[in-house]
Amino acid sequence: MSLKDKLVTSYFAFEDNLADDSPIHTMRNDAIKNFEATGFPTKKDEEWKYTSLRSLLKTDYSIFPKPLDRTIEFREVKNYFLHDVDTYKIVFIDGVYSSFLSETTHDSIDVCLLSSALAKPKYKPVLEAYFNKAAKKDSLSSLNTAFAKEGAYIHIPKHKEVEKPIEIINFSTGTESAALLQPRNLVVVGENSHVQIIERHQSLSENPVFTNSVTEVFAEKRAFVDYYKIQNDVSTASLIDSTYISQERESNCRLHTFSFGGKLTRNNLNFYQKGERCNSTLNGITILEDKQHVDHNTLVHHTQPNCESHQDYKGIFDDASTGVFNGKVLVDSIAQKIDAFQQNNNILISDKATINSKPQLEIFADDVACSHGCTIGQLDEEALFYLRSRGIAQKEARALLMYAFANNVLESVKIPELKRRINKLIAEKIGVSVGFQL
Amino acid sequence: MSKYTEDDLKKELETKEYEYGFYTDIESDTFPVGLNEDIVRAISKKKEEPEWMTEWRLESFRYWQEMIEPEWANVHYKKPDFQNISYYSAPNKKPKYDSLDEVDPELLDTFNKLGISIEEQKKLAGVAVDIVMDSVSVATTFKDTLAKKGIIFCSISEAIKKHPELVKKYIGTVVPQKDNFYAALNSAVFSDGSFCYIPKGVRCPMELSTYFRINQAGTGQFERTLVVADEDSYVSYLEGCTAPMRDENQLHAAVVELIALDGAEIKYSTVQNWFPGGKDGKGGVYNFVTKRGLCEKNAKISWTQVETGSAVTWKYPSCILKGDNSIGEFYSIAVTNNYQQADTGTKMIHLGKNTKSTIISKGISAGKSQNSYRGLVQVNSRAENARNFSQCDSLLMGNKCGAHTFPYIEAKNKTAQIEHEATTSKIGEDQIFYCNQRGIDTEKAIALIVNGFSKEVLNKLPMEFAVEAQKLLEISLEGSVG
Repeated sequence: MSLKDKLVTSYFAFEDNLADDSPIHTMRNDAIKNFEATGFPTKKDEEWKYTSLRSLLKTDYSIFPKPLDRTIEFREVKNYFLHDVDTYKIVFIDGVYSSFLSETTHDSIDVCLLSSALAKPKYKPVLEAYFNKAAKKDSLSSLNTAFAKEGAYIHIPKHKEVEKPIEIINFSTGTESAALLQPRNLVVVGENSHVQIIERHQSLSENPVFTNSVTEVFAEKRAFVDYYKIQNDVSTASLIDSTYISQERESNCRLHTFSFGGKLTRNNLNFYQKGERCNSTLNGITILEDKQHVDHNTLVHHTQPNCESHQDYKGIFDDASTGVFNGKVLVDSIAQKIDAFQQNNNILISDKATINSKPQLEIFADDVACSHGCTIGQLDEEALFYLRSRGIAQKEARALLMYAFANNVLESVKIPELKRRINKLIAEKIGVSVGFQL
Repeated sequence: MSKYTEDDLKKELETKEYEYGFYTDIESDTFPVGLNEDIVRAISKKKEEPEWMTEWRLESFRYWQEMIEPEWANVHYKKPDFQNISYYSAPNKKPKYDSLDEVDPELLDTFNKLGISIEEQKKLAGVAVDIVMDSVSVATTFKDTLAKKGIIFCSISEAIKKHPELVKKYIGTVVPQKDNFYAALNSAVFSDGSFCYIPKGVRCPMELSTYFRINQAGTGQFERTLVVADEDSYVSYLEGCTAPMRDENQLHAAVVELIALDGAEIKYSTVQNWFPGGKDGKGGVYNFVTKRGLCEKNAKISWTQVETGSAVTWKYPSCILKGDNSIGEFYSIAVTNNYQQADTGTKMIHLGKNTKSTIISKGISAGKSQNSYRGLVQVNSRAENARNFSQCDSLLMGNKCGAHTFPYIEAKNKTAQIEHEATTSKIGEDQIFYCNQRGIDTEKAIALIVNGFSKEVLNKLPMEFAVEAQKLLEISLEGSVG
C-alpha cells in the first residue's frame, strides 16, 4: 500500500475520534479529499522541479507513532534548548505534548497547545477566525490540516510585548522504525504586540523521521514577529516545513531559516501582505555536506501599496549536496510603491554539489522597485591568498571567508544567545574554531 | 509638447495601429487545409525533394502526431487548429530574375511600403537579400560575390537539391526532429527558408539578410534556417519580419539551427514585427520559434533580437557551448503593447571548459500586455571555469501590464561563476525631471530614457541593419523614440 493510500485509509480511523460538529471537522474532510485528489507532489510540478520526494515516500512510516515509555530528562536534551536564557517552551515528543519539559503560560498571553485550544470552547472564536485561513490548499498542507491535532498555539492579545522568546521543539525518539509527524502551529499576534519565536525539529535516534509541519502566523496591525527556524537534524530526518504568514498593515515580520542538517529539507515560506506599509524579511543560511538536500521555496505576495520585502539567502554547498532556491515575488496591480529585493548567493565547494536557483519576479504594477540578484561562485582566491600570506592556515582562512559570506544574515539575528549558538553551529559545520567572535 | 507625460505616451502606444497592415494580391498556389502524411509527401514532391528528405519529413510528422502542445509558457491564447491550416503556399509566378526590373511590380511595391526597397538594400553597405515571401525565395542578390568566396547562400530547398551532403549532415543536429511540438511540426512541413554555408577560414564580406513575410490568408509559415560556419569562418546573418494585418490568427513556427565549428563565429540578428493583433487583442500572429546554436571549440554565437510584434511570442534562442572556450551571447529587446504576450529568453548550456555566456534582456511592457523573460543557465559538471552574466531589466508603463522573470540557474561545477540580476521599474519621475531641468522636454526625455534602457542591445545590431531596426522599433514606441 502506498503512503498516500495508507494516509487516506487511516484518516477514517482518525476521524472517528473527532468531535462531529466543529467547523474544523469539515475543513479536515475537505482537506483529505483534496490530498486524495492531488497526492504527493512529483517533479512534474513546476514548484517541485528540483526536489523529489520519491525516495522519501518509499519508507513505511507509522502515522500515529506510539508514545515513548519513559520520560526524557532535561539534561539529555538540554543542548537543543537555549538553556542559558529564560524562555517559554512548548515541547513535543513524537507528536505528544511533554508537560515535563515545557513551560507554558496563560497569564495574559496564551502560549499553549493546539490540542487544548481545539478542545476548549473559550478558544473557539480565535480558531474559527484564524485556523487554516492562511494556509494554501496544496497537497502537503491539506494532508497536515486533515491530521492536525497537536502543535503550538500562541495567541498574543493587543499591546503586549512578550518578555522572553518562545521555543517550539519537536523531538522524535524513534519508538517506531519510521515515523511521520505532522505538527501544526498557530500563532496570532495582536495589534502592537511583539513576539520572538524559535522553532526546531530534532530527532533523537537514527530511525527515519518524516515531518510535515505547517505553521500559520497572523500579524495584526503594527505587530512585530521575529521567527527563527533552526534545522540541524540528524541525517535520517526529513522535513517539509510550510509556513504561512499573513500580515496586516504596518506589521513587521522577520523569518530566519538556518539549514545545516537533515536529509531532505523543504521550506515553503509564504508571506501575504494584506495591508499597507508592511515589512517582510526572509533570511537564510544554508550550509550542507554529504548528500543533503535543502530547498527554499519562498513567495512574497504584495497586495497593497507602500510595502517592503527583503530576501537574503546564502548557501555553502560541499560534497554531493544540493541546494535549491525558488523565490517568487508577486506584485498586484494596485500595489504601487513596492520595494522588493531578493538575493541569493551560493558557494560551491565540491565538484559534486549542485545548485538550482530560480528567483522569479511577477510584477503587475508599474511604480515599483523590484530587483533580484543571484550569484554562484567560489571563495575568492585572492582573499584566500591575502589571509594565508599573513600566516592564517588554509582551513582557517577558508572558514573565515565563509563566515564573512554568511555574516550579514547572521547579523540580523536579534537574540544574542541564539546568535552565539548559530555561530557555534557554523563553526562546527565548517569544522574549525576560529577562536574569536565575529 | 511640454505637457507630454507618460500617460500621453501610453495613450499613443495604445492607439497606435499597425502601420504595415497591407496585403499583396499575388495569385498563390495554396494547398488544401489540413495535415496528414499525404500533405507532407505532397509538400516534399512539390519541392522536388530527394527520397531521404521525404522520409525525414515523414519521420518528423510521426513524432509530431505523438506529441502534445506545450503549456508551460506564461501565455494564454486559443490554440490553433492544426487541421485548419494550409501547409503550403508559394507565390505563383516564379520566373528566374536577372535584374530587379523583372520582379513582379506588386512585390516590389510591398517592399517599398516596408521601406526596404531592394535597390536601397543593395546600396546599403553590401547587404545580400534573400527575400522570402510566403515560403519561396523569389530574389537573391549578390550571389556572385558570395560564390567567389565559396559561400553558399540560397534557399533551403535549393540547398537540398544542390548540396544534399551538407544539408543531410547538419539538418536536425542542433534541433532534433522530436525536440519539441513546434520543431517537429516544422520539420514535417517546412516550406522554405535559408541555407548558408561559410567555408573554412572565410570571413563573409557582407551581412546576409532575409526578410520573412506572411502573406496569404490562412497559411502558416514554417521557415527552416540552417547556418553552418566552418572552421575559423565568420558570418553575420540578419532576419527581419513584418506581416500584413489579418483578423485570423496566423501561425509561425520556425526552426533556426546554427552550427559554429571550431573557431567560427556566427552573429544572428532578428527584428521581428509580425502583426501583433488589434487594439482589442483580436488577431495577430502566433510566433512559436525554436532557435538554437551549437558552438564547437573556440566558437562564438551571438543572438540579437528586437521583438516588437506577434500576438503571442514563444521564443528562446539558445546556445549549446559544447566546445572548450566557446562563447554564447544573447541580447534582446522585447516590446509588448495592447494584448500582446511574450514569453521569451534564452538557454545557455555550458558543456565545455572555459565557456562564457552573456545574457542581456530588456523588456518593455505597455497597455494590457504580458512580457516574460524565461532563461536557463546550466553548467554541467565537466564545464570547468564556466562564466555567465545575466541581466534582465523590465520597464512597465501603466498598471494593466505585467512583467515577469523566470530565470533557471543550475550549477553542477564548483568552478562556475554565475551572476544574475534583474530589475523592474518604470520611467522615473526624477529621471524626467532631471532632463526637464536641462531643457529637454518630456517627450524627448522619455525617448532618451527608453533609448538608454535598450541601448546595450541596440548597440549590438549591425550598422547595416540599424535603419530597419529603428523603423520597426518606432512602430511600437513612436512618439517616444526620437
